[in-house]
Amino acid sequence: MREYQNIFTQVQVSAPDYPGVPIGDAERDRTKGIVHNHLLGKLGDAQIGPIYLGTLGVFSLVTGLLAFLIIGMNMLASVNWDPVQFVRQLFWLSLDPPGPEYGLSIPPLNDGGWWLIVGALLTTSIMLWWARTFQISRNLGMSNYLAWAFGAAISLYLVLGFIRPILMGSWNEAVPFGIFPHLDWTAAFSLRYGNLFYNPFHMLSIAFLYGSAVLFAMHGATILATSRYGADREIDQITDRGTAAERGALFWRWCMGFNASMESIHRWAWWFAVLTVITGAIGILLTGTVVENWYLWGMKHGIVPPYPPLEATPVLDPMMEGAQ
Amino acid sequence: MKIINMNWFASAAVLGAALLSGCDIPPQETVQRGYRGTGMEAVYSPEVLQALVDANQVPAAIPAVSSEGPRAADVYENVQVLGDLSVAEFTRLMASITQWVSPEQGCNYCHVAGEGFAADTLYTKKVSRVMIQMTQNANQNWGAHVGGAGVNCYTCHRGNNVPQYVWNIGVPPRHASGMVHQMQNVAHQESNAYASLPFDPFTRYLLEDNAARVAGDTPLPTGNESSIESTEYVYSLMMHYSDALGVNCTHCHNTRAFAAWDQSNSERVKAWHGQQMVKEMNNAYINPTNQWLPAYRQGALGDAQKVNCATCHQGAYQPLLGANMIADYPSLSRLAPAQKPAAAMEDTTEMESASLDNGSTSGEAH
Repeated sequence: MREYQNIFTQVQVSAPDYPGVPIGDAERDRTKGIVHNHLLGKLGDAQIGPIYLGTLGVFSLVTGLLAFLIIGMNMLASVNWDPVQFVRQLFWLSLDPPGPEYGLSIPPLNDGGWWLIVGALLTTSIMLWWARTFQISRNLGMSNYLAWAFGAAISLYLVLGFIRPILMGSWNEAVPFGIFPHLDWTAAFSLRYGNLFYNPFHMLSIAFLYGSAVLFAMHGATILATSRYGADREIDQITDRGTAAERGALFWRWCMGFNASMESIHRWAWWFAVLTVITGAIGILLTGTVVENWYLWGMKHGIVPPYPPLEATPVLDPMMEGAQ
Repeated sequence: MKIINMNWFASAAVLGAALLSGCDIPPQETVQRGYRGTGMEAVYSPEVLQALVDANQVPAAIPAVSSEGPRAADVYENVQVLGDLSVAEFTRLMASITQWVSPEQGCNYCHVAGEGFAADTLYTKKVSRVMIQMTQNANQNWGAHVGGAGVNCYTCHRGNNVPQYVWNIGVPPRHASGMVHQMQNVAHQESNAYASLPFDPFTRYLLEDNAARVAGDTPLPTGNESSIESTEYVYSLMMHYSDALGVNCTHCHNTRAFAAWDQSNSERVKAWHGQQMVKEMNNAYINPTNQWLPAYRQGALGDAQKVNCATCHQGAYQPLLGANMIADYPSLSRLAPAQKPAAAMEDTTEMESASLDNGSTSGEAH
């Protein structure tokens, strides 16, 4: 018997256009066009549209695309408008924050000013998109879990690029826009502040990040494994527990003695995801502002194990007075 | 169906091979260099190691000669830095230098045929005099870096007129005229081992007098204002160290605390003295020769080609894998007594003299 599977399926549900529930006056903000795409139907719903864009969505897209364009033009300028070099060096190219000599002042456009403008545009775009998640949730009569989860991610973004640089008094502390450059920034940031791995909030963030991945895999696997008993209707089964929910619960209880419920597993997942970025944001916020060197801080508070000297003669800072 | 599976298998095999093509062929040998569990270890691939050994063979020395007899300064004219050698020793050293630096051009690389050996006509002769002093100074005053092995001309030149690895003050690649280039984020830069980091860490740390240290030395903030930009410059310099020596970070550092000296290997102290030594070489010896250099020996900004770690190390953790370079050439192991200072030495600018003083102080501390 052929069974319905949502991903990598050989069977595809073909349905008539479904415009969604009526939303009153806000209807004019919704596009009319609906298309069906067979390939996308293999991954999810084959129906594309209508999109509810609205004023917020339009301005979010405009500011976001403008930021994207300015970053690209700056990268292009750095290779003298050469499209071949632009492609060849793309992963190296960057739009950098102003140098440390500018502090928090407004730098010239060509020496970090564009970075500030892009930051403002991108932040506007993200905040408008955030407001949009509230708006669509309200229109659909949903509560705001999605919007607050996105807000948690935004908090990390704002700490990295805006709040912490202001507290430190220098835009140079912020992250550049570029593929390798932002990774270099990450490494340099950890080197400058004495190893971020000894930052307890960084530890928590990693635990929640990896935990999110494990929970996601456990939950996805459980639902897929019991979907033959109707677990794909998991929302029904929260209130009306059927054999799928029972079997999934029994699997984990037999496996490790404890099981989440059909509802609570979603709270587990939501909190793990949200805490990943919130603890991350706290960790970044404390770095440099409150703690100068996480390794030394960890030493002081007994987090870091001391090791015996590597060599018979202790290695001393040659710039220190009295060094060998 | 089977054909499709075979194709999949073949594609996966090709892709896997492509992904692994950058790796050394196992088995590697691992040498523990720090406390267990810290990952402080050197990884050697026997194949790569053999190539390194082959590339770092020292040519046989010309047999030693008598130090008796008249001094070179008494026999030849205009011998400023090697005058206290016997004539035989002097001739042997000249022959060696020819082998090391200009095996193809021979004596005429520095001396004009028919003009006699005394004339300072060619810039190469004047430069080589300064380079001999630089070598002597390194061996006499920088034992903390060059150790007992020392350096001679071959350490850097290896048969080339100009050592293979030298650097000039960086200029940004072609960019839109209106923008200020950030001196980083440029692909395929050997200087920082192909990272997107700043591509000229040398001017800051091997020419100008800046300490290459950025992390704070207290748990809580106490006024250390090192920027992320400086950190990326130091990072770039460290990429060069690593690349030039063919080692990874853990050759010197315990990576859990890059800045902490008490967690580091003593190689890090050697590297620190190396930085001071190179700074002195560039300021006190290389830069003053710039007045004689033809344009084709200068960088884009008209500066002399300078020294960095790769100039001597050339991919080996010790140049020529630690071979003793001065045992056969004692005249290069110390500055000549009562030398007559070369004209160039008096022309150093204030900044250069200042760094020279700093360098000498730290050198003498050992």
